[in-house]
Amino acid sequence: MSERLSYREATRQALREALQRDPRVFLMGEDVGRYGGSYAVSLGLLGEFGPERIRDTPLSELGFVGAGIGAALGGLRPIVEIMTVNFSLLALDQLVNTAAALRHMSGGQFHVPLVVRMATGAGRQLAAQHSHSLEGWYAHVPGLRVLAPATVADARGMLWPALQDPDPVLIFEHALLYNSEEPATTAAVEVDIRRAAIRRVGSDVTLIAYGGMLARTLVAAEQLAQDGIQAEVIDLRVLRPLDEATILDSVRRTHRAVLVDEEWRSGSFSAEVSARIMEQAFFDLDAPVQRVCGAEVPIPYAKHLEEAALPQSASIIAAVRSILSGRAT
Amino acid sequence: MIEFRLPSLGADMDQGTLLEWHVRPGDTVQKGDVIAVVDTTKAALDVECWHPGKVLDLLVQPGQTFPVGTLMARLLEAGEDAASIPPPRAEPGPRVAAQPTAGAPTSAAAPPPGPKALRHAVSPLARRRAAELGVALDSVTGSGPHGVVTLRDVEQASSKAGLPRDRSAEIRRTIAAAMSRSKREVPHYYLSDQVPLAAAAAWLRQSNEGRPVTERLLMAALYLRAVACTAVRHPAMNGFFVDGTFRPSAMVHIGMAISLRGGGLVAPGIHAVEQKSLTETMRALTDLVARARGARLRREELTEPTITLTNLGDNSVDAVHGIIYSPQVALVGFGKVSDRPWVVGGQVVPTATVMLTLAADHRVSDGHAGARFLAEIAERLQHPENL
Repeated sequence: MSERLSYREATRQALREALQRDPRVFLMGEDVGRYGGSYAVSLGLLGEFGPERIRDTPLSELGFVGAGIGAALGGLRPIVEIMTVNFSLLALDQLVNTAAALRHMSGGQFHVPLVVRMATGAGRQLAAQHSHSLEGWYAHVPGLRVLAPATVADARGMLWPALQDPDPVLIFEHALLYNSEEPATTAAVEVDIRRAAIRRVGSDVTLIAYGGMLARTLVAAEQLAQDGIQAEVIDLRVLRPLDEATILDSVRRTHRAVLVDEEWRSGSFSAEVSARIMEQAFFDLDAPVQRVCGAEVPIPYAKHLEEAALPQSASIIAAVRSILSGRAT
Repeated sequence: MIEFRLPSLGADMDQGTLLEWHVRPGDTVQKGDVIAVVDTTKAALDVECWHPGKVLDLLVQPGQTFPVGTLMARLLEAGEDAASIPPPRAEPGPRVAAQPTAGAPTSAAAPPPGPKALRHAVSPLARRRAAELGVALDSVTGSGPHGVVTLRDVEQASSKAGLPRDRSAEIRRTIAAAMSRSKREVPHYYLSDQVPLAAAAAWLRQSNEGRPVTERLLMAALYLRAVACTAVRHPAMNGFFVDGTFRPSAMVHIGMAISLRGGGLVAPGIHAVEQKSLTETMRALTDLVARARGARLRREELTEPTITLTNLGDNSVDAVHGIIYSPQVALVGFGKVSDRPWVVGGQVVPTATVMLTLAADHRVSDGHAGARFLAEIAERLQHPENL
């Protein structure tokens, strides 16, 4: 049996390789050291690299993200872990007003080569203060690069290119993905963090997803294929700057798009993608763009309510059918 | 309210063209009344309504082509008031199982309320393509959700507009599709037998002497009755092979292969021949041939035949080895009746004979069963008085 690698191990391996390759790289955040990370991503790294490079921080997102910005300005390559995207709101000022803005405010004199990792998303019964998907908010901000690895390979291959970016990069790791596995490869394949990925080729409709929604979108695509509907699946994986070319090229071939987004519908990232399609591919559309989004409620704790609040394969399939129903198959 | 939708008038029909309405708003309709004539690629068919009611409105116009399942008209049920009925909404094309059917074509599963009742909505792509192809959008019927005109509708309209409607070409295509599928999927076996018809011919002559011209019998009527009476006792020859299983039919509806002027053929059925007298069978046959050539057949005549009979007796051929009209499982053929050498009591005697043939589906029956079937038909033709 071939060896398998989990998303969690791949993230840890990416951290280890970065720490080995570049002495300027260090990791800091709540519980990343002695506890091994609240999602056990950094388990064992403290023993390997020592407390200088694996630093536990106080419970102060504003403080330690600010410290990360300072370290980056001072020549280091910090990786800051925030426990969940909900807690990152405490550091919004540092991220939006400082990290994203300094390059522009200094006329290009200062770059902030900071990488911030955080867990996002629902599905683990962690309720309304640990489960939201707010990456779309960050994708709103010029000066940030926003990544959402949805596969084990991307979890392993995105960190190093992110560290090479002279400007701040946010990496959103969906909490449901940490246990997902793929066959292990020997070396990390560096990911092009400017491009979306086509995960499945199809001709009838383009399904656009990222992060935690990719897997169930692919499941939906397989089920649709049994009914003769060939869905193309795009994994956005870079939310900012958005790879419009891949999206538009696909929609111009399939003439239909369904966006899958765990965020709340109003003002969600899918709203932005939908608008871009309308602006640039309107005359290639044979049906209105559809969105499958999270319900507009704070994520519920109860398992059945949490599931009902999130896009599922069945709702994705229903959305596809709603724009293909007249088509003879 | 009764929604009258275009029914499928044959397994290979996916759309139809309205030729004429037989009703107007306000008319009262009884169950079984023909309310419209619809053109398919095979023939113009009378379409019956199966619910009594009063016509409220007609939603398609003669000349329009639309998919099976399209809402054509609405009727009021007894006691219903027109004022209580909302105006018709723009229709999605064929109903799809995935859509909830409880009177709400706007799918509840789809996220927010989609475009409702768009009057002749056209997708942006379809509009652009129509401009490129010079297709007038007014004439295009939408098959997309909510009746939206899609790319496919425009391209179909364009390919139709380019060529004048060619019925014989359409019939040719329909035959090509059905026969290719049958030859590809059905393992045929073929049997043949020379059958003396001297007794049948003599009986016919005698019988016709006492009949008015319009009531005279043809040999084909004897064939029909002989096949029907035999098929009742050989269920493996009479029925449909669908989804991997054979469903025998208790009744024998014989599809009669009828060649059309201008080429092509149809095989509409005569209903329950096993229950008809010879005279009734002859009348049904005459009526059917006339209507088939006038392209005025009823829907069930194209869908219900359980076995097919082809008679090439007028064409100077000895024998016909036919292709089964799937999902039927057998086709009986007759060649020309002609005097041939026949041995009777050790003597060669010129005798009227016909070559009787069978093409049968080997998934359902074997040669032995087919041979017994043919032998019994041959035997019945020796006793025309019993037919």
